[in-house]
Amino acid sequence: MTVTPLGASVPARLLITGVARPDGSVGDVYVDGPVLADPAGAPADVDRVDGTGLVVLPGLVDPHVHLRQPGREDAETIRTGTAAAARGGFTAVQAMANTTPVTDTAEIAAEVVRIAAAEGACRVIPCGAVTKGLAGEQLAELGLIHRATGTRCFSDDGACVADPQVMRRALEYVRPFDGVIAQHAQDPSLAGPDACCHEGDLSGRLGLGGWPIAAESSVVARDVELAALTGSRYHVCHVSAADTLDVIRAAKARGVRVSAEVTPHHLLLTTDLLTGYDTTYKVNPPLRPAEHLEALRRALADGTIDMVGTDHAPHAAQDKDHPFVDARPGMTGLEQALAVVIETMVAPGLLDWAGVADRMSYAPAALLGLDDQGRPVAPGEPANLVLVDPRARRVVDPADTASLARNNPYAGRDLPDPVRLTVCGGHVTYRRG
Amino acid sequence: MRHLLSTGELSREDALSILDLAEEMSMIREREIKKLPVLRGRTVVNLFFEDSTRTRSSFELAGKWLSADVINVSAKGSSVSKGETLRDTVRTLSAMGVDALVIRHPASGAPMQAARWTTARVVNAGDGTHAHPTQALLDAFTMRRHVRAVTGDPEADWQGRTVVIVGDISHSRVARSDVRLLPRLGARVILVAPPTLMPPGVDDWPVETSWDLDAVLPEADVVMMLRVQRERMHGAYFPTPREYTVGWGLTRERLAALRPGTAIFHPGPMNRGLEISADAADAASSRVLDQVAAGVAVRMSVLYHLLAGDPGTRPADLRPTDPKGQLA
Repeated sequence: MTVTPLGASVPARLLITGVARPDGSVGDVYVDGPVLADPAGAPADVDRVDGTGLVVLPGLVDPHVHLRQPGREDAETIRTGTAAAARGGFTAVQAMANTTPVTDTAEIAAEVVRIAAAEGACRVIPCGAVTKGLAGEQLAELGLIHRATGTRCFSDDGACVADPQVMRRALEYVRPFDGVIAQHAQDPSLAGPDACCHEGDLSGRLGLGGWPIAAESSVVARDVELAALTGSRYHVCHVSAADTLDVIRAAKARGVRVSAEVTPHHLLLTTDLLTGYDTTYKVNPPLRPAEHLEALRRALADGTIDMVGTDHAPHAAQDKDHPFVDARPGMTGLEQALAVVIETMVAPGLLDWAGVADRMSYAPAALLGLDDQGRPVAPGEPANLVLVDPRARRVVDPADTASLARNNPYAGRDLPDPVRLTVCGGHVTYRRG
Repeated sequence: MRHLLSTGELSREDALSILDLAEEMSMIREREIKKLPVLRGRTVVNLFFEDSTRTRSSFELAGKWLSADVINVSAKGSSVSKGETLRDTVRTLSAMGVDALVIRHPASGAPMQAARWTTARVVNAGDGTHAHPTQALLDAFTMRRHVRAVTGDPEADWQGRTVVIVGDISHSRVARSDVRLLPRLGARVILVAPPTLMPPGVDDWPVETSWDLDAVLPEADVVMMLRVQRERMHGAYFPTPREYTVGWGLTRERLAALRPGTAIFHPGPMNRGLEISADAADAASSRVLDQVAAGVAVRMSVLYHLLAGDPGTRPADLRPTDPKGQLA
């Protein structure tokens, strides 16, 4: 299994034969360097990949990852994080701003783009911070970050933009370039630093600080009103609870420009995993009980939730080997994201392949305003695709990863093992075997 | 029984075995020479990440009276701020060849995590707001003795007896451990607190709950007052100490209204004048010091069960090493 950074390869010529497209039609797909071309024009001696029984999807786009560079290169780097992305079938990821230093200036954003171009195995879009230092007080250099990198999405993810006036100003300020504010919805008073377990029976029994659902849904409800007031685009990061879905559903019905993402772990993993105080399962927002998982799956199917965002959060072991309340929150997700979506959405019939293409490629690309990502697999389109084996399965081994991190919540689980080949801009960034 | 981490995972048989042996262990307190040779050569480390005079002293005496080598390690401050992980602290002590780690930690779950990182036996001496199993065992021990004293029946136990636990249930590891133990021994437990100090999910616990202390007090064979931290009012859990005392304190008036035979428990340290009046704390029916005495005996029994081999057998020699300390 090899992952190749974009800067270290040349665009490929590749003919994938007999492969199923998301709409179910079967045919050949010809990668002619950076673009897809008519298979009839492929040279006779072109490299061929037998796509029989496989599905081709547009390259996946992840609106929410943590790559830890700059600042915590011992936990993850742009090189290793994007290599994990390529192994997961992604061709673009948005790197959240909570690095050290924070991506609150154009210089830091440009540096992320520069490193990604040299070392990355997929495209990296730097998400700008909403406020300086993620402190929730003064606006970061939103306009300069946009001018330098084209970034349209801003988030204090990891922290909530709690002050309503700051949120309102941010929403207003990014309108000239059709920006969007992505909110980590967590009322810091209702769910403070000690909140680390879904508030309910288990938090009560384990004596862990409760993280009530209202801390998420109440912030989203407020923000929806501010988005309606300003007419701006608003995005909800990692929705975790059914109650928040009701708020989003009502907002969409009113025509408010709101979108939402769900993580793979909130689709599959439940609160009861915390019973043994294993910090691998500490994540923010926390894992919720099964009834919320069901609601999240249905919402991703019916479009209330627009997309999947992994919230890939790699951590060094020394940041997890603490008491539960002190351990860093977060879990890896890039390499198993598609597997979890197949397991929770495709296998039960909630989503077909066209739906997967939408929720994991088209919708996030539209959120980020990317022209060359989230495009159909068709001649003339950019050569971004992932070849999927819908039947392969494998027990997840956390050591079998391109990421530097091992905080993989799926360790030991039997899950789909779908990704066979990832092509980004015509470069083969990952190929199985 | 490999560890004692919570009363929830303690079998009823093991609990009874610990309590019965504690009765025998308690006799050592009356002796001139307080020493049994049963844990000679065993090493017990009291690893305390949080200040605690009474629990640490109690474990220390328990280990020493059983002839174990006991050392106290104080490791205050969060592992994050110290720069050493909990895992490294536990593995370091383990590598020295310790037989038992007695762990007190301000974070819930820390002893469970520690048990995964060590070959030593782990005793939870109180973790965050999660569990305090030896406190629950000493509560059960003291309660059984009280019932036997009141009824005059040496075979009486918890069956049909009612414990009213009053106070900050939400933040209490003592209440959580009592709730996982006393009902399984036959007791009926009623938790009383203002709604803000009731934990989430309490409706699913094997107990009854009430916001009204006066309504349930007449049913109590034991009324256990929990410590309430004054700082809680800053978290808007209750308005003022005065209002708390009027609603949920064991005041002089409530003391006078207790039916005869109701024992007063408190895990300590007491906030006199807040959750318990001085009259109640010092009343003839107060069993607070009996609880403290029981704590040493129960902890001796726990250490014996964990470190002396087959927990089903009694110590081969419960007699003192000095003839002056003859069994009573």
